[in-house]
Amino acid sequence: MADVSLRNVVKQYDDVVAVASINLEIPNHEFVVLVGPSGCGKSTTLRMIAGLEEITGGEISIDGAVVNDLPPKDRDIAMVFQNYALYPHMTVAENMSFGLKLRKFPKAEIKARVDNAARILDITELLERRPKQLSGGQRQRVAMGRAIVRNPKVFLFDEPLSNLDAKLRVQMRTEIKRVHQKVNTTTVYVTHDQVEAMTLADRVVVMNAGKIEQIGTPNDLYHHPATRFVAGFIGSPAMNFIPATLESNGDALRVRLTDTLAFNVPDGRTARYKPYAGKQVTFGLRPEHVTETRGHHNGVGQEFNATLDVVEPMGMETMVYFRIAGTEVCGRVEPTAAGNAGAQMPLRANLDHMHLIDPATGLVL
Amino acid sequence: MTSITAAAPAGKRLTVGASLRRNRRWALYTSYFFLILFAIFFLLPPYYMIITAFKTDSEMAKLATNPWLITGGATLDQFRILLRDTDFLIFFKNTVIVTVCVVVITMVVSILAAFALGRMRFWGSSILATGIFLTYLVPDTLLFIPLFQIVKSIGLLNSYWAMVLVYPTLTVPFCTWIMIGYFQSIPKELDEAALIDGASHMQMLLRIFIPVALPGIIAAMIFAFTVSWAAFVYPMAFLYSADQQVLTVGTVTSLIRADVYKWGMLMAGALLAAAPPLVIYAFLMDYYIAGLTSGATKG
Repeated sequence: MADVSLRNVVKQYDDVVAVASINLEIPNHEFVVLVGPSGCGKSTTLRMIAGLEEITGGEISIDGAVVNDLPPKDRDIAMVFQNYALYPHMTVAENMSFGLKLRKFPKAEIKARVDNAARILDITELLERRPKQLSGGQRQRVAMGRAIVRNPKVFLFDEPLSNLDAKLRVQMRTEIKRVHQKVNTTTVYVTHDQVEAMTLADRVVVMNAGKIEQIGTPNDLYHHPATRFVAGFIGSPAMNFIPATLESNGDALRVRLTDTLAFNVPDGRTARYKPYAGKQVTFGLRPEHVTETRGHHNGVGQEFNATLDVVEPMGMETMVYFRIAGTEVCGRVEPTAAGNAGAQMPLRANLDHMHLIDPATGLVL
Repeated sequence: MTSITAAAPAGKRLTVGASLRRNRRWALYTSYFFLILFAIFFLLPPYYMIITAFKTDSEMAKLATNPWLITGGATLDQFRILLRDTDFLIFFKNTVIVTVCVVVITMVVSILAAFALGRMRFWGSSILATGIFLTYLVPDTLLFIPLFQIVKSIGLLNSYWAMVLVYPTLTVPFCTWIMIGYFQSIPKELDEAALIDGASHMQMLLRIFIPVALPGIIAAMIFAFTVSWAAFVYPMAFLYSADQQVLTVGTVTSLIRADVYKWGMLMAGALLAAAPPLVIYAFLMDYYIAGLTSGATKG
């Protein structure tokens, strides 16, 4: 177990910059998730830590030692791949012990480790099977077992759940978290699924176009996104973004969305937004902060009327979609409160959770 | 299902099903017809060979008998004379030596070459791979002329060891080509997993790639075996004494004297020569067909 640190790490393929100078410190035992859309450089970053990709610039160290020029086998890492990458001609036990055999561990030790990992992952009865006799979830467990038996300094996961169906994915997500709590190894996990990132991570690293957008705890990212990208990427359904103007209204401020609709900025935020008065901004509000009017609410809320375009009942809640100034906006309301498509519905915006974004820089103000 | 059959459009649905079945039946009839036709077409020569090998010379000489049947009684005389009075066993031994050597050399060279060309990306590897295949396209009927000079200059003319040297020029390019395809079809995560597990390139090849690509390797092996066993042009050109001769050319040259054809012995020889490939095909076919790669990744 060890800490991992990336300093100004760059990866370039000819003229294409895949990863542009990223810095990341991962302390011992931490579970860090790299998340971002396809092609954002998250997998490349992981593969550079693994030693499967050479580094164009910068420095990667594991447990204090720079590993830039170290081959993967000498980095003491274990990796779980998206498509499992099990050796098809070996049994589960042979798959798991292959790395230990190559490292010339004594037989008794290998057996003890394999049995222990199999117990942790609940695959003891599968040890004599071959990969093709296993289901997707079982194969993924074996792939994890192969990593666990090595007892490496760092676990690397490259989108390990992407090939599983939705239900299994949720189960395996819990499983991975449980395993991490047991073995407590420093873990770097790559995914494009923000729900996976939020549920698994101690800290989430949001990447976009080869750069780190923000690093923080899941709650941090959710409630205090640093950029529009993070605000839009984390959370499902995504945050609503509406172009607006920030107006002065005496001492107070007001966000004007349309000629007829404007929200008063809560007093607590006036000082923060004051310098941007009179400017164009992007108003951001999560769907759960656009709710029905009745019931108990805390904080500053303002009511407005909306004509519903689409109503999506989800069971425990209902999504309502409507338009403000031509932009589609989503709200989450109580199933009993929702109207029908085409109907008018009074809604309430909880402005304590509002965000203002500078449209030019994409930074949250 | 009951609700479907009870509903009004059920009748129509049923006719669709019936016509599908009829369609399939016709497809099967046509398939069987052509399969049987081709089976007869391809099996007639071997049948003729077998039947002739067990006939007596006098029966063959009689023009009035039906050539497709044994009418004068089956005999093993052809085999007895062939094995006792001719050099057939020497030819057989030479062929086995040459073939075993050629298969071993071919497999060693082309597995290593295919692994390097197919998996270890390096500058020019794809051009090199294409180049290797192009050399296979040069026919041996053309190559034997320059090869004659080479074989002569190293003093291997009229020695079956020359065959061990020249057959790989036919087998290595094609086998390498087959195996490049096989190695490339193995997901790259498999070698990355092996790298992380601590395998060197040689360990990766021996413990991961060769077992996983076994069907491809066996296909290549069968090819190398067939080429080496059945080659005709090179031994014809390079070998001329009986003690060095191989089966293909040896049988023909020793059993055809000018315009006298020892048909019985020729057919017996052909039958014995065809036996080893048959046995090997039958034995390896199971491996060849088994899809060993399944289960490595998402199935």
